[in-house]
Amino acid sequence: MSPIGPAARLHIDWTRCDGRGLCAELLPEALTRDDWGYPLAAPGRVRSGADKSNVPVTGAELAAAMDAVKLCPLLALRITRP
Amino acid sequence: MSADTAVAVGSGGNARTAASRLFAAGANAGHAAHLAAYGAMPHRGRGWSLVQELEASGLTGRGGAGFPAWRKFAAADLARRPNRYARRSGGPVLIANGAEGEPLSFKDATLLRNAPHLVIDGLLAAAQALGAGSLFIYAGADEQAAVGAALAERGDAGHIALVEAPDAFVAGQASAVVNFLETGRALPRDLAGRLAESGLKGRPTLIHNVETWAHIALVACYGAGWYRSAGTAEDPGTRLVSVTGDVPSELVLEVPGGSVLEDVLSSAGVRVGGVGSDAVSAVLVGGYHGRWVRPAGMVLSAGVGAVGSVRSGVIVRPGAGVLHVLGAGRCGLAATAGMVQYLAGESARQCGPCMFGLPALADVMTRLAAGTGGTGLVREVERLAALVSGRGACHHPDGTVQLIHSALETFADDVRWHLAGQCNADQDPAVQGVSGQGPADPAGQGVAGQYPAGVAQ
Repeated sequence: MSPIGPAARLHIDWTRCDGRGLCAELLPEALTRDDWGYPLAAPGRVRSGADKSNVPVTGAELAAAMDAVKLCPLLALRITRP
Repeated sequence: MSADTAVAVGSGGNARTAASRLFAAGANAGHAAHLAAYGAMPHRGRGWSLVQELEASGLTGRGGAGFPAWRKFAAADLARRPNRYARRSGGPVLIANGAEGEPLSFKDATLLRNAPHLVIDGLLAAAQALGAGSLFIYAGADEQAAVGAALAERGDAGHIALVEAPDAFVAGQASAVVNFLETGRALPRDLAGRLAESGLKGRPTLIHNVETWAHIALVACYGAGWYRSAGTAEDPGTRLVSVTGDVPSELVLEVPGGSVLEDVLSSAGVRVGGVGSDAVSAVLVGGYHGRWVRPAGMVLSAGVGAVGSVRSGVIVRPGAGVLHVLGAGRCGLAATAGMVQYLAGESARQCGPCMFGLPALADVMTRLAAGTGGTGLVREVERLAALVSGRGACHHPDGTVQLIHSALETFADDVRWHLAGQCNADQDPAVQGVSGQGPADPAGQGVAGQYPAGVAQ
């Protein structure tokens, strides 16, 4: 993450997410998957106690993040302001 | 547990005694008794503002989060002004939330049965202040008759809709209440913003716990100065607490803010403090999403002010007002494991980390309680807790993690015994809800500071 902070945040709607994993494939630097396949902010990406439902993404990742929003089969993602 | 339990309205047993505010009209108060006790709502001049009065009163929400009541109020007030849609559709929505999904709480049911007119007064005062058009009371099945009768017997409440809340732990979560009123499903929602700005059908929506509405009525009627005449500067007014567990009888008490926990327990007939009184092992404060504490030196306060100013003591936030007593000789880990199992079953099963993570946590906590796990159990609890917290549409996983963390901290000695396959509580763990596999009672070994060989301290 750049010192000036994230370009945007990727919001995960947990009520929709089914853990298909497309987002983690498109954003390997930002997202991994948990024990059950649900997207998880990559280690170091979100400080403990921080908002884990709005994962910060860099400017370089923004295009991939927008692809993830468009391609998520459950429409569980959206871009929110940093 | 029943809301018919005698309404024991205590003072908290300390010096700041206050007569009952919420039950001043007596048990099962009708409108006549209510008017006799509280008088009619006074007419206020132009300069008077309910929002400002609420801010000055310091009233915090009584549903669990303890958020300053005026803030939501001000946000809804702000949202209605530029929102032409909200005005056209009847202005803001007001909801009195009486869905008491917490199994250890029955103060809301007690309030709705005995003092429904205070809740109605609070809604009506706010409706006038905010120009609200739609008013709801959302209450459990058992409170429908009392609230329905109260609404019917007065001429000014015909527009308040009484809605029956489903009996589920998460049904009282604010977004679940709004979802239920829109769709009939009481499931939490993924929120883009605050309900006060965009709630029911996009309208500014002010949702408060029923007890909060009753206090709002009192502030509207008597003002902030009077409101602050009970409690402390950091935690003004009174609050209802449901006292359950190993107590002579389960009851609801009205106590001033900033009460000493041991004084409150003592008013409920629990023997605490002094020489030879070892009846209480720990108290769960705030309910299944709350915290286990040892009661000595604890002060119940929703205030965020300096600890030093609350005489001497450590502040524990009362949450939704649950005080659940764990008697000496009971195993706190077994009690917690049972609660986590219950909470796992109450997941709305919408969000994956909660749907899968809470049963996994329940399983590990049950193994810890039964003393059948290895030494890696605590690390696994911590790993799972970090995995589920903050990853859901509501705070059900976070509340569950808070309960577990407080148990590991408060019952740290027990954790060491259990990891060695033993329980140093006097009672057979099988009695406490953990089936079978209870370790042999190591009677006589439970000396503080001594642990089974081979267990790291």
